[in-house]
Amino acid sequence: MGKPKIAYYLAGGCGGCDISLVDLSEFLIDVVTAVDIVFFAPTLLDVKYKDFEALPDGSIEVGFWSGNVRNKEHEHMAKTMRRKCKTLIAYGICASLGGIKGLVNLYTNQELLEKAYRDTFSTDNPTGELPSPKVTVDGKYELELPELTEVRTLGQVVEVDYLIGGCPPHYEQVKKALIALLEGKLPPPGSWITMGHAVCEICKRNPVLKGKSKEITTEVKRIIEGELEEERCLLEAGYLCLGPVTQGDCGASCLKVNIPCRGCGGPIPEVSDFGLRAINMIASVLENEELVDKIEDPLHLFYRYSLPGSMLGGRIKK
Amino acid sequence: MGWEPKIVVIACNWCTYAAADLAGSLRYSYPPTAHIIRVPCSGRVEPEFIVKALINGADAVLIGGCHPGDCHYRSGNYKALRRFKLLKRVLEELGIEEERIRLEWISGSEAKKFAEVITELDAKIRELGPNPIKRGV
Repeated sequence: MGKPKIAYYLAGGCGGCDISLVDLSEFLIDVVTAVDIVFFAPTLLDVKYKDFEALPDGSIEVGFWSGNVRNKEHEHMAKTMRRKCKTLIAYGICASLGGIKGLVNLYTNQELLEKAYRDTFSTDNPTGELPSPKVTVDGKYELELPELTEVRTLGQVVEVDYLIGGCPPHYEQVKKALIALLEGKLPPPGSWITMGHAVCEICKRNPVLKGKSKEITTEVKRIIEGELEEERCLLEAGYLCLGPVTQGDCGASCLKVNIPCRGCGGPIPEVSDFGLRAINMIASVLENEELVDKIEDPLHLFYRYSLPGSMLGGRIKK
Repeated sequence: MGWEPKIVVIACNWCTYAAADLAGSLRYSYPPTAHIIRVPCSGRVEPEFIVKALINGADAVLIGGCHPGDCHYRSGNYKALRRFKLLKRVLEELGIEEERIRLEWISGSEAKKFAEVITELDAKIRELGPNPIKRGV
């Protein structure tokens, strides 16, 4: 048997997940020599779609998908990847739950285009042109743009075997996942590849790990307010940290640099809707109901990385 | 048959459910569109329950708990209030009419209030029409 074949596709993402692979440094060399990368678009290899489509179905061992599904091209590629790959992995929070760019589901595409191409202060667009799927340049060159859709997670378009959270996934987590893949020691299909513990369980600020009990939150502060006590739980101090409901494969990285967890790791096991569970958790730890009114912009706080993958999926369009 | 509202009432065992029971004993009438679910405490109600009910066909969700200070478990209703306020802010931003979710304190002796709240909610939902986020029902 030859080396296992690997494919990678970046859809509606920023490329941060690709960088996370590069962060593996020397370990990446071992991986690259152990596998055969047949497709890595658009960042690494120049393999054309038609050549990729010509490969036999099921001929690729593992496919990684980063980014969400934002247009018809992504949708087409998601279906192609699913056909070609025996195992398909939603790699990173955008692929898994929609990611920060999934917040576009709060608006219609028309609203977004108007904003980006007409209404912004710095836009110079005297004819009010908007991108359209088909355009003819100089009267003879036909150009096509993929049609925008709502943001969907990879799992809403095709069947996904595994999900990996993180924006981007921490390289240690990527390493563990790659080792598990190469050794064939994977959890049951459909699961998140995670250690299964919340950020709090590995956070050095957690008072419970120091034998103390957790205090309730008596104030709500933004991260620009007040001074941070070293080693104090941010939630106790009034900074709304989503660590209790977020997978901690990142090693509580943000907490180490005084930033409260924003939930990019994805929900801890058995949570069906990250944002709703976060609402549940934050409301539970607050001392009184007046504090609820002090939370700025709760929607973006709780659904920052998970709106398309939530039960409602976005704003109700009428 | 035309559309009839469906109201899911999540009632705490110690107060609102008792009020519903009493409303029956006293033969108060209220619309048959209310579907009552008994929970141990309003503090048991998670935001997921409310959203799930709305997605699965409810036109409105009413949470009923004990009056502040009366919770059988001391603080469950305060927790319910905090969750409800926060959830409501998020759901409103997502485009769900605020009238579709409601929290009321209804004690075990307030059968009349129970009947009135249901009647009022039923009328309001008839005005609003079917809930737009129902899926597959």
